[in-house]
Amino acid sequence: MNELIDLLSALFDFSDYGELLALVRNSIIAGAVLGIVGGLIGPFVMSRDLAFAVHGISELSFAGASAALLLGVNVVAGSLGGSLIAAIIIGMLGSRARERNSIVGVMMPFGLGLGILFLALYEGRTANKFGLLTGQIVSVDTPQLGLLVGIGAIVIAGLAVMWRPLTFASVDPDVARARAVPVTTISIAFMVLLALATAISIQIVGALLVLALLVTPAAAAMRVTASPFLTPLLSVVFAVVSVVGGIMLSLGGGLPISPFVTSISFAIYLVCRIVGWRRDRSGASGRRVKTPRVVMT
Amino acid sequence: MTHTAQPVLRLRAATLAFGDRPLWSKVNLEVAAGEFVAVLGPNGTGKTSLLKAILGQQQLSSGSIELLGEPVRRGSRRIGYIPQQKLIEQGTPLRARDLVTLGVNGHRWGLPITSRATRRHVDEVIASVGASEYANVPVATLSGGEQQRIRVGQAIASDPALLLCDEPLSSLDLNHQQVVSDLIDERRRELGSAVLFVTHDINPILDKVDRVLYLAGGRFRVGTPEEVLRSEVLSYMYGTPIEVIRTRGRVAVLGAPEGYGVHDHLEHHIDDRWHR
Repeated sequence: MNELIDLLSALFDFSDYGELLALVRNSIIAGAVLGIVGGLIGPFVMSRDLAFAVHGISELSFAGASAALLLGVNVVAGSLGGSLIAAIIIGMLGSRARERNSIVGVMMPFGLGLGILFLALYEGRTANKFGLLTGQIVSVDTPQLGLLVGIGAIVIAGLAVMWRPLTFASVDPDVARARAVPVTTISIAFMVLLALATAISIQIVGALLVLALLVTPAAAAMRVTASPFLTPLLSVVFAVVSVVGGIMLSLGGGLPISPFVTSISFAIYLVCRIVGWRRDRSGASGRRVKTPRVVMT
Repeated sequence: MTHTAQPVLRLRAATLAFGDRPLWSKVNLEVAAGEFVAVLGPNGTGKTSLLKAILGQQQLSSGSIELLGEPVRRGSRRIGYIPQQKLIEQGTPLRARDLVTLGVNGHRWGLPITSRATRRHVDEVIASVGASEYANVPVATLSGGEQQRIRVGQAIASDPALLLCDEPLSSLDLNHQQVVSDLIDERRRELGSAVLFVTHDINPILDKVDRVLYLAGGRFRVGTPEEVLRSEVLSYMYGTPIEVIRTRGRVAVLGAPEGYGVHDHLEHHIDDRWHR
């Protein structure tokens, strides 16, 4: 019993919560921005079948970040470099899903290995090392926050500019091409935005758990709606709740934030699956029923 | 609708070759407004390449293709395109009406904000293809036949002068083949669009087709189905004896090499009997 209480108090200890909150204000702002970015880009990741690619990009991004740590340069810049290289390679070589998956499968362990090598050579604080893989909270200082928010804003603006043709090219590439949508250019532009989104996500949730931010919220939203307006909206709400909620919960115990983020995001996904499943079973597909309506007067 | 002599589509000595191998050469074809032309031929004769060339995605080796008197370019908005039937994947965040809306404004940059006028137009198009009942249903949950109706709606939503159909009936059951081809036929009569319809089986559209473009063995023939689908014409094109049989309003081509042109269920039955 005592062990359980110890465990719970390690997980949730909310004395001095107010002071802690002030300390991680930057992280919460960064988390909210990440939630918006992840929630918006997620539905496209899903409909373009890039979930596995996101994982690959994040491992190379991790390699870039740990190289930056070793060399003593800006970690965000390093992780940006890694993820851009990965995204462009995947975008150029892997137009078909199977090809793409094998490229990702080859690159991912290589990136992870490189990252571990750089970290092993690094002699600084070990918390920094672990944080790149599993997430960290107190690490966001004000200039870094500016960088994260700035990059997030670029991703959101980029998505807004190409939202409609990107939707067309993602779900219906043959017809989109026939109607002069620059499908290839859009695909490369999207990979660049995805690289930016991945690089900033790593700073908060860590390389291993980026999917919880870029994939799970969108996957959950897509279980309950197919509306092109509601899907990104719900996905953003889910992602923001997961990240900000995860940061706030993790304050209690001084544990990494990622288990909290991933658990919230997974719980939301489960609920959405159940809701979607119940709706399918009740046959509420949105079809209009043909029977004539009785008008009551 | 204009009643001038200008054809919607004009191919002049259009030739497409990959290396030394000509797929088709010196094809001359004029398609008038409201005309229904079927493109037939065995696999690998460049039927899909022909559509790509008309869409401006495939450069001709020589000759020219004009749409409404202008050389074709990439992505003309005057062309409606119905692709080979590929089912939309489960979980795609798109309702039937959204797919049709993309046909109107999917090429425009920016956020997916659709004007009220466009929404009303989309509603009308959906009603005209008989899909109002499932306009708000996720496309991925629709059956193949229903998806293909929505595809027809998407293609006609921009009021095209030319409808390009790439095997729109393949993988549909006989009933839906009839429904979808009736729909395309009805729309072209109402809107006056020309139709170029690539198919491996002419039978579902035999009663609608004005003319046939038959591609085989680097040769081509243009004419009414009665003129082109004859034993001596096809035997000449394939360079091997071919027999064309007409029975109960259907056409079957017997003896064509692998990937023959006019495929028919009748033929399978006959083959079965012969092999047994």
